[in-house]
Amino acid sequence: MIYEEVGSGSRTRRTLSGAARVLLELRIDGPLVIGLSLIAAYGLVVLYSASGQSMPTVLRTGARLMLGALAMLLLARVNPNFLRRSTPWLYAAGCLLLVVVAAIGHTGMGAQRWLDLWVFRFQPSELMKLAVPMMCAWYLHERPLPPSWTALAVMSGLILVPVGLVAVQPDLGTAALIAIAGALVIVLAGLRVRVMLALLALAAVAAWFGWSFMHDYQRKRVLTFLNPQTDPLGAGYHIIQSQIAIGSGGVFGKGWMNGSQAQLEFLPERSTDFIFAVIGEEFGMVGLLLLLLLYVLVVARAIYVATQTQDTFSRLLAGSLALTFFVYVFINAGMVTGLLPVVGVPLPLVSYGGSSVVTLLAGFGILMALYSRRKLIGS
Amino acid sequence: MPAVRIKDHWREQRLFDQRALVSVILIGLATLGLVARLYRLQVTHHDYYSELSQGNRVRTEPIPAARGLILDRSGEVIAGSQPAYQLELVPEEVPDVEKTLASLVQLDLVRAEDVGEIVRTIESSRTFDSVPIRLRMSDEDVARFAVRRFEFPGLDIKTRQTRWYPNGPLAVHALGYVGAISEADLKHIDRAAYAGTSLIGKLGVESTYEQRLHGINGFREVLVNAQGRSVERQGAFVPNLRTKAPIAGEDLVLSIDLKVQRVAEAALAGHRGAVVALDPNTGDVIALVSLPGFDPTLFGRGITPTEYNALQGDIDHPLFNRALRGTYPPGSTVKPVIALAGLTYHVVDPEAHKYCNGSFHLPGSSRIFHEYHNEKHGWVDLDDAIARSCDVYFYGLADVLGVDRIASFMAPFGFGKLTGIDIGGEKTGILPSRAWKVKAFAKPADQAWFPGETVNFGIGQGYLTVTPLQLAHYASIIATRGQIWQPRLVAGYRDAHTGQVRRLAPVSEGEITGVAPEDWQRVVHGMIGVTQRGTAAAIGLHAPYIFAGKTGTAQVFSVAQNEKYVASQVAERLRDHSWFIAFAPADQPRIALAVLQENGGAGASAAAPIARKVLDAYLLDADGKVKPRS
Repeated sequence: MIYEEVGSGSRTRRTLSGAARVLLELRIDGPLVIGLSLIAAYGLVVLYSASGQSMPTVLRTGARLMLGALAMLLLARVNPNFLRRSTPWLYAAGCLLLVVVAAIGHTGMGAQRWLDLWVFRFQPSELMKLAVPMMCAWYLHERPLPPSWTALAVMSGLILVPVGLVAVQPDLGTAALIAIAGALVIVLAGLRVRVMLALLALAAVAAWFGWSFMHDYQRKRVLTFLNPQTDPLGAGYHIIQSQIAIGSGGVFGKGWMNGSQAQLEFLPERSTDFIFAVIGEEFGMVGLLLLLLLYVLVVARAIYVATQTQDTFSRLLAGSLALTFFVYVFINAGMVTGLLPVVGVPLPLVSYGGSSVVTLLAGFGILMALYSRRKLIGS
Repeated sequence: MPAVRIKDHWREQRLFDQRALVSVILIGLATLGLVARLYRLQVTHHDYYSELSQGNRVRTEPIPAARGLILDRSGEVIAGSQPAYQLELVPEEVPDVEKTLASLVQLDLVRAEDVGEIVRTIESSRTFDSVPIRLRMSDEDVARFAVRRFEFPGLDIKTRQTRWYPNGPLAVHALGYVGAISEADLKHIDRAAYAGTSLIGKLGVESTYEQRLHGINGFREVLVNAQGRSVERQGAFVPNLRTKAPIAGEDLVLSIDLKVQRVAEAALAGHRGAVVALDPNTGDVIALVSLPGFDPTLFGRGITPTEYNALQGDIDHPLFNRALRGTYPPGSTVKPVIALAGLTYHVVDPEAHKYCNGSFHLPGSSRIFHEYHNEKHGWVDLDDAIARSCDVYFYGLADVLGVDRIASFMAPFGFGKLTGIDIGGEKTGILPSRAWKVKAFAKPADQAWFPGETVNFGIGQGYLTVTPLQLAHYASIIATRGQIWQPRLVAGYRDAHTGQVRRLAPVSEGEITGVAPEDWQRVVHGMIGVTQRGTAAAIGLHAPYIFAGKTGTAQVFSVAQNEKYVASQVAERLRDHSWFIAFAPADQPRIALAVLQENGGAGASAAAPIARKVLDAYLLDADGKVKPRS
């Protein structure tokens, strides 16, 4: 008996260490991969229902996930030093592409966001979601922290140029996300609390100023957010319908493919930005809590990874990527539940469409690369 | 690079860890915030949102109740419901709307000038809604489309219920018609009850009995998506959908005898006028004619402005219900009631003969009242005076009676007030009296009653006006020797489901009191004389039953005192109106009627022959024998 136990135990250990070796060889992080896979799988199941049982939609999303996984695997193998050294070039290329998009970009959904690359349409703004935090981390890598005023000024410029280019497309959601990713680097770099407060005050002034430059539909979104009932068939319709969907789902939901709000198309953007509401309607509070738990676990693991990296660039970049991921989740969930204004931020790994899946997984690939090479750098 | 500060890796790591910790705490708080929000939406307010979600996906579609039929006394259908065909188009299923419409124009199913309007309608409709593009298709149109059906995807022939009047304009002024619900209708109906109903009774029986005919609409809950499109989805959605079946309207059984109605309309055809025939023992309307009429189907299927304007502008006023709303001087048809008044007030000796030389001098006045056509009747008693319609006799009688006694005696016979028939629009006519004249005229000089007016009153001229219905009602009161029944068109209801008929009791309005039976008999005898040896002797000839009647001639055109009235020289529309009232058989009357022919001239020549045809139609069987009492 004892012998057998020991024997089987050792076999398990051997298998595990075998899998660990494979992961190590691939330089990918087990807990992150498991968490991301669960979220993606959950997302595909929901998407099948949310798209009105459209298998092609599910397959296309599956293909994008594969592409993202490939990008993740490849980036996980890249040497962080190489990554750091190529950062300025990547950033410059991204800015250039944004300028090109502004000049000749394909107009889709009323906004110039796309660049037609024959094979697929590529959004340079997606690239900037990675390139901007990378650039900020790169800039701070050799400078003493917390950052000096000069450094702050330079980084503000580095962030605001691409943010401005994206905002005029006009794509306020992505612009905000890019800005947040860059800002998070600065915050993690140890920006003093009173400086942060001062900047927030400045931002408030800027927001007031920006209001006068907003498109009508953008203003409407903000106003509708403040009082959705004023415009129930216009911009407020999204928020009202998504709250009805989530609220009517109750604790256990109406069941897979049985959400009347989603299936009868009362819920707009049901398979894209508002898919969170579909989960709430069909799987109830239980389904949403499960999803949030998976997200929180992934973010927690990513933050842990960030604390384990050993140089400034890796730390700041990894931390920013981890926090940005949560910000995506929070903004999307917040807007769908009516806590935040409606901005076009998809639910990471679950919403259908766009190149955001690839960008997200590529970001996690970078995170893994930074983590797996820590000993080499540290020694 | 300014080497003011040296990079302290250990310190930076600690700073980062600190920030990471704060981040984790903030993430935890944010997540808690989300969970709290979810709790509020999904637990606290779950019922509220469930309700909203239910309201979103369920739409209530009305199921219109079948409108009740209208039948005549023998069960023949006068008004029914009939499916009408219309061509409808579902925009999203039509590959090329313009091409399709062009082909329909070629097939003569759509008029070229309507295409623009149709395109606008299609553009303003939802793409999955069925848009009617051609209403009221004939069977031939339907057939023409049916053979080419395959060339027109997205087009289909739909049916909807419309009102159907198998006899066209027959009895239209009794029936009324149904038409599209108007703004005015909406003010007095329960909109909820009429959801899904497009037609409403407008006049006549269709209007008065609207509530019984309409029935109660049902409804069906339909699952719809965000665009309002009905979706037939099974699964978890269906169990809560409710359906309520409509309750069909009740069928009306009219007292009208279509056979008699047809005869009456045929007899009056080509003229303007009215015929009202009543059962004097119940008040049942046997026939109610007002000519010219119109086809009520026009309104049910949607009348075009051209058609409506044609009806409105017609010089003969086909929309005008002469039987109920036309007021005319009754002429000599009032003589029986004047005679009855004379007898009842004992101011006349029925046996006494008076001499008629063709004119009457009102005592104390220079005015001369002439006999119609300046006839001279010679020596006449009461019986003769009625039979031969001697004006001079009644001039004198009226003068002796005085206006007050005449007016108060005539009032119970229904003059000057509504008969209470069960359809709307009835006029009262005028029963003149001193009191009436004071009210009717503003100037004090006009308010005085002159003796000459009483004299004219005695032969039914002057201010006195009546409707044909009132006169038929009056004839039926004489027929029953004083029994008053409220005229009615609806004699019973038939349950649409079981076919059981619930008869309505006739409504009695009491009787004429104070008239001696022998006086009734004298007057009736005089009226029998009319049809046997008097003014209408020609039409009473060879009748297999004895009937009582009275002719009347109502002046349209005043003839100056010294002029002669020559019908052929007066324009047709200025000729006298011709009246005839009658009841038969005289001893035990089963039918009483009034016939008016506008501008027909003397009562005997125009109205009386029509009356005889109606009496025959009602009383005789196919062999020309009097039918036994039922």
